[in-house]
Amino acid sequence: MKPPAREITFTLNGRPRSVEVPLTLSALELLRDVLGLTGTKYACGEGECGACTILVDDRSLCSCLLFAVDLDGRAVTTIEGIAADDASEPLIQAFVNAGAVQCGFCTPGLVVQARHFLAHHANADRAAIKRALEGNLCRCTGYQKIIDAVAERVAALHERGEEKDARSRS
Amino acid sequence: MNSPAAYLVPASVDEAAGALSRGNATVLAGGTDLMPQANQGVRVFRHTLININRIAELKAVSRSGDWLRIGALVSVTDLLQNSTLRGICPMLAETADHFASDQIRNAATVGGNLCNASPAGDLSPPLLALDASVEMACHRDGRLQRRSLPLDQFFLGPRRTALAENELLTAVQIPLPPPRHYGRFFKLGIRPALDIAIISVALAGVLENRKLNRVRVAFGAVAPTPLRARRAEALLEGRILDEETIRAAAQAAREEVTPITDVRASAWYRSEMVSSMMRRLLHEAAGA
Repeated sequence: MKPPAREITFTLNGRPRSVEVPLTLSALELLRDVLGLTGTKYACGEGECGACTILVDDRSLCSCLLFAVDLDGRAVTTIEGIAADDASEPLIQAFVNAGAVQCGFCTPGLVVQARHFLAHHANADRAAIKRALEGNLCRCTGYQKIIDAVAERVAALHERGEEKDARSRS
Repeated sequence: MNSPAAYLVPASVDEAAGALSRGNATVLAGGTDLMPQANQGVRVFRHTLININRIAELKAVSRSGDWLRIGALVSVTDLLQNSTLRGICPMLAETADHFASDQIRNAATVGGNLCNASPAGDLSPPLLALDASVEMACHRDGRLQRRSLPLDQFFLGPRRTALAENELLTAVQIPLPPPRHYGRFFKLGIRPALDIAIISVALAGVLENRKLNRVRVAFGAVAPTPLRARRAEALLEGRILDEETIRAAAQAAREEVTPITDVRASAWYRSEMVSSMMRRLLHEAAGA
């Protein structure tokens, strides 16, 4: 028997989507297994690691804890949407420059969280950056370089007066 | 994991209470506890999943008369950022700052944290120390009825509350703190936030001339429910916070808690920390 499901309509990376979802499906499962957007990672499955971070109505959430049916009517941005946004390029490059990517599994979640944080806190100091990223685990333990990458972006935004481009287009 | 058979998205408290009155329902709010508990099999979905996230009333923070009303769906991030709340109850912002991570704070709700009724729930000690009540709504005699219950009567045991099956927790009500109100929250954990509390403690009262009046002391993670340490409160009431008073109150608090040994700490360590953190908070209050 087919599990009980509900049709939902939401905005995914700027485009409207309609899809039928089983009631207990997580947003993470919807993105990866139904819609094929595998940039958002499954790791702990219980909200401890941040690998599955997405933005929903401009709030960062763990998609593994979110019921897919609850996305109805909301706007979702995933790492694919952020990667396609030219304004994200300097942050992504900062991760590369700092050597902030080791095995890479935590990177999409970290980039989503960092991008969202910088859009709202372009003046953050190192302590604030650490607190903002505390929900994202890196099992390679490359934290210093990840924080370096975000700190480099903050410094660059200041030097070049680029605060405006820190804002997400979503 | 089982699946609910039906799904409802009520637009009002009245509609939600109507759905709950038919029984056999699971309420979905932030989902941060429900989803992992369902995945681990410790929570079974009932027939109907009621998603309350579209009920605007439950997201409001308001002041009326001598009361502050925090809607059940106000998020932990809201506790950190809402300027009304920060102004009236800075202790709640201090607590929110030690609550999980940004991603979890954005989803987790005040009502959900209370209804989950974990002995270690972060918001329980500060809300107990603020004399909070919970407002619950249900359908009775064909119409919506609301009742209010002091929070210290709400917790019945681990994961058990006074909320009836047909009731929805709609708000937390806090009497507006009087002038010179002092409130501090301390959570013992290895990381600044994210950890489940080894112990947590909230201290509140009216602080004047190194004396606390209307003292409230509340602990988390040291008993089957979050609890008020009433003997410690009585020892502190109206007394100068000198070394002797502080020592006596810390000792009383230690005797009032009944911690267990688990993966995070031993019962002995928790008792030691109750006394130690109590002394620390009281010394800070004495110097404030």
